[in-house]
Amino acid sequence: MHAHPGVEVGHDVHHDDHHGHHHQSFISKYVFSMDHKTIGKQFLVTGIIWAIVGGLFSVLFRLQLGFPGQSFPILETFFGHWAKGGTIHPEFYYALITMHGTVLVFFVLTAGLSGTFANILIPLQIGARDMASPFLNMLSYWFFFMASIVMLSSLFIQTGPASGGWTMYPPLSALHDASSGSKAGADMWLISMALFVVSSLLGGLNYISTILNMRTKGMSMTRMPLTIWAMFFTAVLGVLSFPVLLSGAILLLFDRNLGTSFFLSDIVVNGNILPNEGGSAILFQHLFWFLGHPEVYIILLPAMGMVSEILSVNSRKPIFGYMAMLGSLFAIAILAFLVWAHHMFVTGLNPFLGSVFVLLTLLIAVPSAIKVFNWLTTLWRGNIRFTPATLFAIGFVSLFISGGLTGIWLGNSTIDIHLHDTMFVVAHFHIVMGVASFFGMFAGVYHWYPKMFGRYLNSTLGYIHFWVTIAGAYLIFWPMHYEGLAGMPRRYLDKSIWQSFNQFADLDKMITIVSIVVFAVQLMFVFNFFYSIFKGRKVTTTNPWGANTLEWTTPINPGHGNWTGEIPEVHRWPYDYGKDGREFIPQTEPISASESKH
Amino acid sequence: MQTFFIVAILALGFLVTFQIAKASEYVAVIRGADKARKQTNKINAFLLLVFLILGMIGVYYCNERLAGKILHFGSAASDHGLLIDRMLKITLIITGIVFFITQVLLFWYCFRYQESDKRKAFYFPHNNKLEVIWTVIPAIALTVLVGFGIIYWFRITGDAPKDARVIEVTGSQFKWEFRYPGDDGILGKKYFKRIDQVNNPLGQMWEDSTNKDDIFVSGEPMHLVVNKPVKLIIGAKDVIHDVGLSHFRMKMDAVPGTPTTMWFTPTKTSRQMKEETGNPDFVYEISCDQMCGQGHWSMRGEIIVESQEEFDTWMATKKSRFYTSFPDLDPNKKVVPPPAAVADSSAAKPLAMAQTGNKK
Repeated sequence: MHAHPGVEVGHDVHHDDHHGHHHQSFISKYVFSMDHKTIGKQFLVTGIIWAIVGGLFSVLFRLQLGFPGQSFPILETFFGHWAKGGTIHPEFYYALITMHGTVLVFFVLTAGLSGTFANILIPLQIGARDMASPFLNMLSYWFFFMASIVMLSSLFIQTGPASGGWTMYPPLSALHDASSGSKAGADMWLISMALFVVSSLLGGLNYISTILNMRTKGMSMTRMPLTIWAMFFTAVLGVLSFPVLLSGAILLLFDRNLGTSFFLSDIVVNGNILPNEGGSAILFQHLFWFLGHPEVYIILLPAMGMVSEILSVNSRKPIFGYMAMLGSLFAIAILAFLVWAHHMFVTGLNPFLGSVFVLLTLLIAVPSAIKVFNWLTTLWRGNIRFTPATLFAIGFVSLFISGGLTGIWLGNSTIDIHLHDTMFVVAHFHIVMGVASFFGMFAGVYHWYPKMFGRYLNSTLGYIHFWVTIAGAYLIFWPMHYEGLAGMPRRYLDKSIWQSFNQFADLDKMITIVSIVVFAVQLMFVFNFFYSIFKGRKVTTTNPWGANTLEWTTPINPGHGNWTGEIPEVHRWPYDYGKDGREFIPQTEPISASESKH
Repeated sequence: MQTFFIVAILALGFLVTFQIAKASEYVAVIRGADKARKQTNKINAFLLLVFLILGMIGVYYCNERLAGKILHFGSAASDHGLLIDRMLKITLIITGIVFFITQVLLFWYCFRYQESDKRKAFYFPHNNKLEVIWTVIPAIALTVLVGFGIIYWFRITGDAPKDARVIEVTGSQFKWEFRYPGDDGILGKKYFKRIDQVNNPLGQMWEDSTNKDDIFVSGEPMHLVVNKPVKLIIGAKDVIHDVGLSHFRMKMDAVPGTPTTMWFTPTKTSRQMKEETGNPDFVYEISCDQMCGQGHWSMRGEIIVESQEEFDTWMATKKSRFYTSFPDLDPNKKVVPPPAAVADSSAAKPLAMAQTGNKK
């Protein structure tokens, strides 16, 4: 299956347009753009803005956790009655953690990560002029934008945004009387999420069809860089699982507003006996986690793909075990659909069903272990250049090991009984999914920034960014495991009334201080990002990292259509680094007769 | 003022860092980009090694500082808890070994194979033997973990013994309530539409005669008998809660409309725990582990584990909910003189009001 000739012709026409593209107005070039690179940058910038907002939320609730009861008058200045007397109101605290989770998981690490890199890298690395449907691609961004606007406005309504946790479990999220955030805020959350699902479907379908149909000549599936494979599996996961969240969200909207009883039964809230009978609150959890677990891999796989690519390029060695990497991606993608109930071991799940989910969950550790060992072997006997991107990729591997291993604890239902919904879980998923994926994203930004903007990020700031962030991540999340082992539940805003948990007050203070420092350093990265777009050191060569993949055969600032002439033909896999004594052999170079086989 | 200083210091630090970063770019140009890059490479390779060493020291130090605060593996106060502790121990050993080996290799390789003009990268695209090895070894390790895990899991979630004492736990925003069956050992039927905050907080169906002797306990600790299996029947009135018993290592969601159960045998009395922990104020705490609204963090209950005699003495002070609500029907009421009976029914009211007041 090589590139479709018909599509190519169409794109050549498109490409001719590009020479006369000075007629493009500002709006069609930068706002309603159909160029995959611009759309990718739109996702990235929106993602960065959301990351600042979501990160700020975490700093605010960390202030409460580290210094419970202490007054910060500045909070009242900004947040009014939500922080009366400078202390965070419980309802505000729960709104903050809910929004922190929602924003980071969906808007930053899904849209901001996949949206950015799938858009920028897929056409460039497979040799296509644009996505299969540039129009749907544009719609994908604008649906995301609308979802963002709805979510953002929910922050400003009188009863506050949703505050039932990012998982929005009913009945808490379904009953207007159960919490202030379950009033209008929850409806807005659900509507925003519905729009978000549409965005991610439009994006995902586009990524899949582009990868399957629009590869350049010679780019067989097994010659694709692992980034593309990772984006492919990510898109498949998203397309198959997001609709299930949509159905859950719609049913929940019905329960909230139309008096249905999908998730409600036997409820007396605020002294009122509700008429609902026969619904199942647990049903929502099944629907939610059927998306929710694949979602974890939707977040993680793109990072894995980029890390594989960046480690290989910068250790000047082929990725070790390409087919095994591919197979393990595939295995993870399949298993991702079969493990959702491990989030529900203590909901009263049938114990036999529980045991099946234990087996399937722990099975994921096998492909994950293969990936880790393959990354290690990729570094082994390499000639490693520590660019900021490389460092973040190495940091990713370290975090993935640390967080992945605690997954083996939690995936085992016996242990999960004790650790479920404790701070141990918070530590686990922040390391393996949150911080690790962020590291993958940072690695991607530092590595492909020259391609995106024709300039470099300041690398000294990059090094500071890396060292503070990795040290901070471990300082914040490593000790948190101990809180969980003491049984401390998640989402407690004040532990002082608890004999068992109050002993961690000092630790919480330390964590809060470190998280503020780490947040400040992220702001520095954001500054570096925007400053370097205009003032960064200019890129002077088309292939600054000496990489084999196709994106580095385009001009330094590729226009719409990517290549000025013909799309290059591909003759080999993308990982011929250090072969036959040559530092790197681009994919476009034909295989010579004298070349050794691998 | 303090806030202002912090912001000012951060801004200043930021400015200085930025100037240094900018200057380093110019310095690199002056000294030759390649030379500067190689030196940075060496520094970062060295820092990775330092990070590994400091990290390992940090892991040790963190454990020294915090290990005393966690619930020690093997200190569980229930039979099931001991199984969970054993599982934790097995998992800690296996994952600990893997953690140590892989992290050391990762950072050591980075340091050892940093860029050098003297060496060329080794072209090593794949090796089937190696790949089989590191597929099989994790698979074996996981088989062990899954095996133990599932055996213990079925033991913990299996049927409760016949002689287990049944206690009903009901969560609502933001408190725990308990119901003990009376002498008949059976909890009477209930229906949520019968709930009446004042006279029938659980919605017991009075036409079910097994309800007559059920004891309702609210606003005070749950009492358990040591070494006697207990089966909790768990429910919720409004939203999902979760009965978290960290000292017993037990946990189960409380779901409105779908009752759940869990059983275990407490093995240490509260008094024993006071001695063992050296804390004279020790109490077993019930935490709510499923977010349930703005008072989630304060949804605290207590448990007292005691001998059979102590338990019986406590139980004797309790009156069934039915006769509390309908004192006139109490066959024993003649024991109590009439003025006291009036006082009794009025006593029920402040209690009920206290509950609604609790609720907010």
